[in-house]
Amino acid sequence: MSEATLLEVRELQTEFVTEEGIIPAVNGISLHVSKGETLALVGESGCGKSITSLSILGLIAEPGRVTGGKVLLEGRNLLHLSRKEMRRVRGQEISMIFQEPMTSLNPVFTIGNQIGESVRRHLRLNRKQARAKSVEMLELVGIAHADKVVDYFPHQLSGGMRQRVMIAIALSCSPKLLIADEPTTALDVTIQAQILELIARLSKTLDTGVILITHDLGVVAEMADRVAVMYAGEIVEEASVEALFEQPLHPYTQGLLKSLPSIEGLQDELYSIPGTVPNLLDKPPGCLFAPRCPYADGLCATVRPLLEERRDQHRVRCHHACKEERL
Amino acid sequence: MGKYIYRTVLQIVPVLFIISLIVFILVHVTGDPVNLMLPDTATPEEREILTAALGLDQPLYIQYGLYMKNLLSGDFGTSFRYNESALPIVLERLPASFELAGAAMLIAVVLAVPLGILSAVKRNSLLDLILSSISVLGKAMPNFWVGIMLILLFSVSLGMLPVSGRGTLQHLVLPAITLGTGVSVEMMRLIRSSMLEILGQDYIRTARSKGLWETVVINKHALRNALIPVVTITALQLTNLVSGALVTETVFAWPGMGQLLVQAVYTHDMAIVQAAVFVIALMVIFVNLASDIVYGLLDPRIKYR
Amino acid sequence: MSVSAETSSPAALAVAPQASPRKQERLKRGLRKLVRSKTGLIGAVLLLLIVGVALFAPWIAPHSPGKTNVSVKLLPPMWMSEGTAMYPLGTDNLGRDLLSRLVYGSRVSLIVGLCSVALSGLIGLVLGLLSGFYGGWIDHLIMRVVDAFLAIPTILFMLLIMSILGPGLGTLIFVIGITGWVSYARMVRSEVLSIRERDYVRSSRAVGARNLRILFVHILPNVFSSFIVISTLNVAGVIISEASLSFMGLGIQPPDVSWGGMLSEGRQYLATSWWVATFPGIAITITVLAIIFLGDWLRDTLDPKLK
Repeated sequence: MSEATLLEVRELQTEFVTEEGIIPAVNGISLHVSKGETLALVGESGCGKSITSLSILGLIAEPGRVTGGKVLLEGRNLLHLSRKEMRRVRGQEISMIFQEPMTSLNPVFTIGNQIGESVRRHLRLNRKQARAKSVEMLELVGIAHADKVVDYFPHQLSGGMRQRVMIAIALSCSPKLLIADEPTTALDVTIQAQILELIARLSKTLDTGVILITHDLGVVAEMADRVAVMYAGEIVEEASVEALFEQPLHPYTQGLLKSLPSIEGLQDELYSIPGTVPNLLDKPPGCLFAPRCPYADGLCATVRPLLEERRDQHRVRCHHACKEERL
Repeated sequence: MGKYIYRTVLQIVPVLFIISLIVFILVHVTGDPVNLMLPDTATPEEREILTAALGLDQPLYIQYGLYMKNLLSGDFGTSFRYNESALPIVLERLPASFELAGAAMLIAVVLAVPLGILSAVKRNSLLDLILSSISVLGKAMPNFWVGIMLILLFSVSLGMLPVSGRGTLQHLVLPAITLGTGVSVEMMRLIRSSMLEILGQDYIRTARSKGLWETVVINKHALRNALIPVVTITALQLTNLVSGALVTETVFAWPGMGQLLVQAVYTHDMAIVQAAVFVIALMVIFVNLASDIVYGLLDPRIKYR
Repeated sequence: MSVSAETSSPAALAVAPQASPRKQERLKRGLRKLVRSKTGLIGAVLLLLIVGVALFAPWIAPHSPGKTNVSVKLLPPMWMSEGTAMYPLGTDNLGRDLLSRLVYGSRVSLIVGLCSVALSGLIGLVLGLLSGFYGGWIDHLIMRVVDAFLAIPTILFMLLIMSILGPGLGTLIFVIGITGWVSYARMVRSEVLSIRERDYVRSSRAVGARNLRILFVHILPNVFSSFIVISTLNVAGVIISEASLSFMGLGIQPPDVSWGGMLSEGRQYLATSWWVATFPGIAITITVLAIIFLGDWLRDTLDPKLK
């Protein structure tokens, strides 16, 4: 890991206790993000992306529990912090943007109140300063008439505007790391691009590390420096964005890329990977992707592959990764 | 906001109309109003006079018009038991009923709101388990029996409080507790579940992700939102409050409208029954209306429309 | 190669977690849940016991419920010093055996509970169907009546009808039944509306299936489980309503025995004889508790969305 490594997650393990049994939603995830770098976490819904981010923030609620691993923010293990210390980290050092801008803001408080309470808590500003800071943040995220909008209630704003407000809240205390969980999924296509551009621009100027959680590879191509692909609670492939798009090594990644609509191709029908995500309560003994994999054989069905570095800075969890290069 | 109030007020018109229609049908079509309004000892002459006075020799729609006219002028007829106009007799009982209902509602809110919220925040804890067991048990125990048991304990055994009647504050204690706890049981359950729903909202997660103190998350973000359903839930309990009050007033011989109504039903005093039913129904409807308006004031999504 | 992996691997079986549950499986799961949820089991056993007591009352009751014997009036329960095993729970002011009266009283509670709920269900079903199928002004009218019933306490309607018809078992069943249909009507109506939107009913209408067939094939099976759950929980409420009305002297009239009536008599003798008013209340509480337990379990297994 280089000097500039901001966040390092090692072998993170998060489980949910249910009536049917224990669900290992995140199973040994390792990640790292540097200052100013954008890491994309990609996968289908239910693969554990959001759980990973909530685990980093210490926001896993009952019946869930982080049961193992390390979350190192500039070398400090967040999992060992007290609740009080963790509350200092949240919002100030790591902040988060959620998927649903329509419901992520509290409907009964004004925008200014919701930005303000963050800076009052972490930056110890008084009421007046907090308001000024709120207006400043709203201007920063490109909201016109910020001095008026600051007194609006969330329902008076459009979805895109609300997501800008969320970004304003998240960046108000100049965090070191920003976790954006599907920040544009709920928005119009035209708004999506604006929001992504905003996140990219602000993270570059503020030198913020970003973990971008998405299922949309189009977004990844646009935003990310590096990509980690998740499947059923595990990372199956990790590489720079160029390497991943040029030469995906894992069949799952290949499938995801194939399902992207391409402008030149003009396919009649979008490709989709057959089958569904395995039941985490009753995992297959071998490779978790084997039941859906076109290349799976006896080895895949019985032996779980490890995440191995097959090329420079390109790791993959597949028995046949090298062979597939030839395929 | 003005428009919201206007719309809300307008909604009660058809409800009032339907209620009056139901009462009319019940009284004039299912039974013979003359028989209902006169005691069994009435003479044939008395019957004829009343028949003419009520316009019962007229066609039904004219009868209905007459009935509505009387209704709107607050004339529910004469109580044969008291030999007086029914409405004033009913209104005379209003203070006693308000006193009991108000005290009971206060007890219910003071018990149910904090306990319901606490049991949602401490979900699945021992406290939550105990409270929900009490709430199920409370639902299964008839309210009036709880009242009788309270009399047995505090009046008969301990001699601390009077058995029945109205007058001093001591008289109010047992009926108010009986009625109040009865109402609070259901209320607590509803508040718990609406608080649970709020605690699962995205904006609560957002608040936590900002690193706010848990007390701020609960007391500011959750509670301010929980206030909105609490108003609605409290108004919804009016139905329970009214039916509970009828029985509670009977148990404690509390001289309110409920006791009057029950006696009137028992003695076939139709004028009193109709007057009491309308007064209680009107009050319930107006309190509901008030709660809808308060709801609008609390929820900015309505206030700023 | 890939085909064999798909079929032979045990993992393939785990891929689809939500296979459509067959009826037998559902029943089995329900029974397992019943055993696991102890309260549901307790409720079922208690209720069976109470129904048994009501059915076999003449054989269970040690005395005739109406037999007075002033020489043994207000006798305390057998475990107290003046009590006797002849009258296990003591006697009331006329020397009638409390246990026997409790045993016979269970009949009234259960009869009123079942009959009123059946009446409510029937009225609700018919009005809900009318409302959902025909729409238009019929729907409007019925829904406004529903609003009126929701807006004011139904006990007022009950008292109004009672003042006209006079008290008694029949009246009691009628008034409780006729005021309790609102939840059924709303449930049936919304079910009809959603089913009418679904393709298969639209197509069966198109081929000329009569409304009656749609009713029996599509609607009744769909509302059945909600119906059972609502009804069970309603029975609990009805038993309390019956007791309240009888307590106020507006329900079951002497010499018929009801728990509410017993409470009302016991109220007079609280100062000297606590047992007369205590045991009927316990009987009501246990019965209602049993039904609530059973109803909650039924809801969890049959119709979780009702919660």
